[in-house]
Amino acid sequence: MKLNLHIWRQKDKNAAGQMKTYTLDGVEESMSFLEMLDLLNEQLIAAKDEPVNFDHDCREGICGACSLVINGTAHGPQEAVTTCQLHMRSFKGQSDIYIEPWRAKAFPVVKDLVVDRSAFDRIIQAGGFISVNAGGVVDANTFLISKNDADKAMDAAACIGCGACVAQCKNASAMLFVGAKVTHLASLPQGQVEKKERVLRMVKTMQDEGFGNCTNTLDCEAVCPKSIGVSHIAKLHREFLAASLTTTSNS
Amino acid sequence: MQRTFSSPIGMKAVMAVTGLAMVGFLIAHLAGNLLVFAGPEALSAYARGLRKIEGILWVMRSGLILSVFLHIASGIRLSLLNQRARPQKYAVKKRVKSTFAASYMLLSGLVILSFICFHLAHLTFRLTHPEFAALDPFDIYQMMMISFKSPVLCLFYSVSILLLMLHLNHGIASLFQSLGIWHGNINKFVQVLGAFLSFALGIGFLSIPTAIFFNLVQ
Repeated sequence: MKLNLHIWRQKDKNAAGQMKTYTLDGVEESMSFLEMLDLLNEQLIAAKDEPVNFDHDCREGICGACSLVINGTAHGPQEAVTTCQLHMRSFKGQSDIYIEPWRAKAFPVVKDLVVDRSAFDRIIQAGGFISVNAGGVVDANTFLISKNDADKAMDAAACIGCGACVAQCKNASAMLFVGAKVTHLASLPQGQVEKKERVLRMVKTMQDEGFGNCTNTLDCEAVCPKSIGVSHIAKLHREFLAASLTTTSNS
Repeated sequence: MQRTFSSPIGMKAVMAVTGLAMVGFLIAHLAGNLLVFAGPEALSAYARGLRKIEGILWVMRSGLILSVFLHIASGIRLSLLNQRARPQKYAVKKRVKSTFAASYMLLSGLVILSFICFHLAHLTFRLTHPEFAALDPFDIYQMMMISFKSPVLCLFYSVSILLLMLHLNHGIASLFQSLGIWHGNINKFVQVLGAFLSFALGIGFLSIPTAIFFNLVQ
């Protein structure tokens, strides 16, 4: 395959970036998308040029490090996969590929295709945990949890925090991410004690970080590599409305 | 309370409840308007009947005016916040699951607002057609006949109704999600309900100017 790659290049977070075009020959269909970028970078380094910076880690679709908006879709054209699990066979017959970083005010570009996703960490720090005393591990059957609730919590916990939902949403909303985190803990008995404060604090942090707001377009669930659905956003709405109308604390 | 309604989720809930109130009004408004097919007497009798319950009518009108105001205010506030959330746009961006209607809610909403202003000036305050002054104030039938013989007015009403249909197509299903009602099989039901209601209301409203323009109403 011979490709024309249109890639966002940006020197650092303060510099103005631009799309730059590279021609890459020798791409095989069996290569993963990131291997294709590795190939490009090898050529750029050989030519004493600056390689394209992009995030990656496990390359197994489970860590949430890789990103990229490919031809206008977060994690590319294939459903329910991360960019590292996307293969070049998905681009058969195409010669032009546009590669851009996640774009949101809350995810500033650090360099090229790398964005700072620490806003998600701050949302988690605001309430995405349960407070327990340290000590011995609790016996497995101390808390009885119905299969239904366990499944619901597990579905939500599948979120790897990659940020594709924010990248694809026309409003750069983080409500699918926050909804998944809130649903995960609100579905389990361990999460009940801090349930109200959690949702209030996480939603407030989400707002303060400058994310947009859901307008129910469903694009987030369509690109989520873990197929997390917008029913989690509905659950977030229920939890937030109930908590904000019944809690008097300022949290 | 302040914490609820100053948050985006609270504002979405306000948009949902006020949207639902407006859909309720549209159903009642269409049911009344369709009396045009039953003839001038039926329509005038309906208009006169409404006057007899003026008190209740004003309570409903106040609710409707408040709904319109809150819906627009929350919508604009949320849109401004959303625009700020992505200062740098994508060079290439695709809609994956999002519909055309969902992508242009603000635009369709603002056009519908301008239509409502004209519609009030036209048939409520009767500022656009001086010839209405000579008619019996309850002769809505004749006013419709005069108005919708004009191709320009007929086209303007039709385009506005099509945009309303588009707005409702996303809005009705969306209001349930905003209120947290979106799980299991309910979301499929809600989407079908949204599509059906928006289509039925649209066809109902479109039938009036179209039928008059093509002389199908006697």
